[in-house]
Amino acid sequence: MTFFLQLVLTGAALGMIYALIAIGFVIILKCSQAFNIAQGHFVMIGGYLGFTFLVMFNLPIWASIVLAIIVAMIMGWVIERLTLRPLVGQPELAVIMMTIALASMLEGAATLIWGAQYKTYHGVLPSFTLKVGELSIPPESLIGMIVSLITIVILLLFFRYTKFGLAMRATAEDLKVVQSLGIKATVVFSVSWMIASVVGVVGGILLGAVSGAMVSLAQIGLKAFAVVLLGGVNSIGGAIVAGIILGVLENVAAGYLDPLLPGGGLANVFPFIVIIIVLIFRPYGLFGLARIERI
Amino acid sequence: MTLRLAHNLKSAYALDMAFIRTRQQWGWLLGLLVVLVVLPLFASDQILTVLTIIGIAIISVHGLNILTGYCGQISIGHVGFMAVGGYTSAILTAKLGWSFWAALPVAALAAGVAGLIFGLPSLKIKGFYLIMATIAAHFIIIWLVLQFRTITGGPDGMPVPKPAIGSFVFKTKASYFYLVMAITLLATFFATNIVRTRAGRAFVAIRDNDLAAEVMGIRLWSYKLQAFFVGCVYAGVAGALVVHYFAFASVDQFPFMDSVWYLGMLIVGGMGSTVGAIFGAVSLKLLDEAVTIVGPILSAAVAPQAAAALALFMRGLVIAVFLIFEPRGLAHGWELIKAYFRLWPFSFEDAD
Repeated sequence: MTFFLQLVLTGAALGMIYALIAIGFVIILKCSQAFNIAQGHFVMIGGYLGFTFLVMFNLPIWASIVLAIIVAMIMGWVIERLTLRPLVGQPELAVIMMTIALASMLEGAATLIWGAQYKTYHGVLPSFTLKVGELSIPPESLIGMIVSLITIVILLLFFRYTKFGLAMRATAEDLKVVQSLGIKATVVFSVSWMIASVVGVVGGILLGAVSGAMVSLAQIGLKAFAVVLLGGVNSIGGAIVAGIILGVLENVAAGYLDPLLPGGGLANVFPFIVIIIVLIFRPYGLFGLARIERI
Repeated sequence: MTLRLAHNLKSAYALDMAFIRTRQQWGWLLGLLVVLVVLPLFASDQILTVLTIIGIAIISVHGLNILTGYCGQISIGHVGFMAVGGYTSAILTAKLGWSFWAALPVAALAAGVAGLIFGLPSLKIKGFYLIMATIAAHFIIIWLVLQFRTITGGPDGMPVPKPAIGSFVFKTKASYFYLVMAITLLATFFATNIVRTRAGRAFVAIRDNDLAAEVMGIRLWSYKLQAFFVGCVYAGVAGALVVHYFAFASVDQFPFMDSVWYLGMLIVGGMGSTVGAIFGAVSLKLLDEAVTIVGPILSAAVAPQAAAALALFMRGLVIAVFLIFEPRGLAHGWELIKAYFRLWPFSFEDAD
C-alpha cells in the first residue's frame, strides 16, 4: 500500500509538470490555431537554460528563473515572428510541418550550443526530504508541484482578470470578430507563443532539476501531447486534470508492470498507448468540444 | 519527362493516356537506363552507396507521397512501418531460411497490414490527431520489436543474409545498386500509375475536401485504408531493402526523426507529385551527404558535436525555408522550367 501511495504521489507531482507543459500547447492552439509539435523542445531549452544560469553563471535560483523567463519570451517572440507569421492563412499541414522543422532546428541549435553531453544540476535545489507517515516526498517533486501550481494559477488569473487575457480568450473564440473590434490579432499570436515558450522553459527547469538537462528532454513534449489529447485539445482545465491522471497512471503502471516485462521501458511507451486508445474511443478527449464540420 | 508537349497530336484517347507519350520521353527513359547500367562500371563504391540509399529513400517517399501527398493523411510513423517490413524480412530470411524474393512480398504485406491497423483511427480523426496516432504507431512498433527479444535480438539487433539468385549473391555495392535501382524504377512506375487510377482520383478528392468527397459517393473508410495500405507497402519494401543492404537489422536503423525527414523530402520535392517525391529524396539525401563531408571539418574546427547538430539544424532550416518561400516544392520549379522551354521563344501561352 505504501508503495502504491508513493507511486501515486510522485506520479501526481510529475503530472503537474506535464500539465504545465500541456497548457503551453493548448494556449498556442487556442489563440493561433497552430499545433505546436516543438513544445517539448521549449522544455529541452528550459533544461539547458537552467543549467546555464544555475551552474555556469552560478546565479541564485530566483535570478535564474527570471532570466530564463526573459530569454524564453524573446525566443517565443522571434520564433513566432520569423517562422509562423509568414504561414498565416496557409493550410494546417504547413503549420504543423513548420513546428516540426522548428523542433529539428531547436534540437540542432541546443546541441551546437550546449553539446550532446548530459548536464546535471542536482545539488542546486535545496535538498530535504519531507516525511508524511511512511511516505517520503522527494524535494524536486515538491518544488515541481509548487512552481507548477503557482504558474498555472498566475496564468488562470491572467486570462480571467486582465484586459489582454480577455483579448486572448476572445481570439480563441472568434478571430474575425476580434479583428473587427480593433484588437491586433498578430500581437495576440506573438504573446501566445511567448507564454507557451515561458511555460515550457519553466517546466524544463523543473524537469532538469529532477533528471538533468539533455536533448532527450524534448521527448517530454510527446507526453504532453498525450495529456492534451486526453484532456481535450482546447481545454486548459482538461489539461490539468489529464496531466495528473497520466502522471499517476504512468508511474503506477511502470512501477507494477515493468518488472514483469522483459524489455521494460513501459513508462516511455505508455503515453502512446493512451494516445491510441483516446483517439479511437474519444477523439475529442475528456473535456474537449466535439467538432461539427460543414462543407 | 518531356520538355516539348505542344504539337504532339494524338489520334486516339489511349495514346494520350499512355504512360510514355512522346519519342522524347522514350529517349529520356533509355538514356536514364543506360546511365544506370553503365554507372557502376565507373563510379566508386562511395558514390554507389549514396545512390543506393537515395534509391531506397525514393521508394519510401513514394509511399508517403501516396498516403500524405495524394490522400492527405499525414503520417509521421513512416519509419515505424519500414521497421515492420525490415524485421519481417529479416526474421523470415535469417530465422526461417526463406529466400529474399519470397520474404520481400511478405514483408511488404506485413507493413501494409500494420498500416491498416494504425490507419484505423484515421476513419474518425485527421490533421493533428492523425499525426499523434502515427507517432504513437512508431513508438509502439519499436517498443514491440525491443520486447520480443528472442526473435528480433532486441537492442542488439540481428544479422541478416544478403539476397541471392541461385549461387549469385548480391554482395558487392554494384550488384546491390542494380537491385535497388530495378525496384526503384518499378516502384516509381507503380506510384505514377496508382494515382492515375480510380483510387488515385478518390485519394485526391479526399485530400482536397473529405466531406465533399464522401457526399459525392466516395467511400472514405475504404479509400483511406487503401491509401494507408499502399503507402505502408512501399515503406515495407524500403525497410526490407535497408535491412538487407546493411546485412543487419537493428532499431537504430529506424530512428523516429527519419520519419520527419521523409515528410521533409515530400515538402521540398512537392507534395502530390511523383516527380516531386524523387526530387525531394535526391536533393535532401545529397544535402545529408554534403553535411557529412563538411561535418568532420566543422567538428575539428568548432566542437565535436557540431556535425550532428549542423545536420539537424540544416534539415529543419531547409523545410522551413521551403514552407515559407516555395510551398509547392521543387516539382513546381520543374514545371516552370518545362513550360519555359515548351513555350520558347514566347513567354506565355496563346489564348486559343
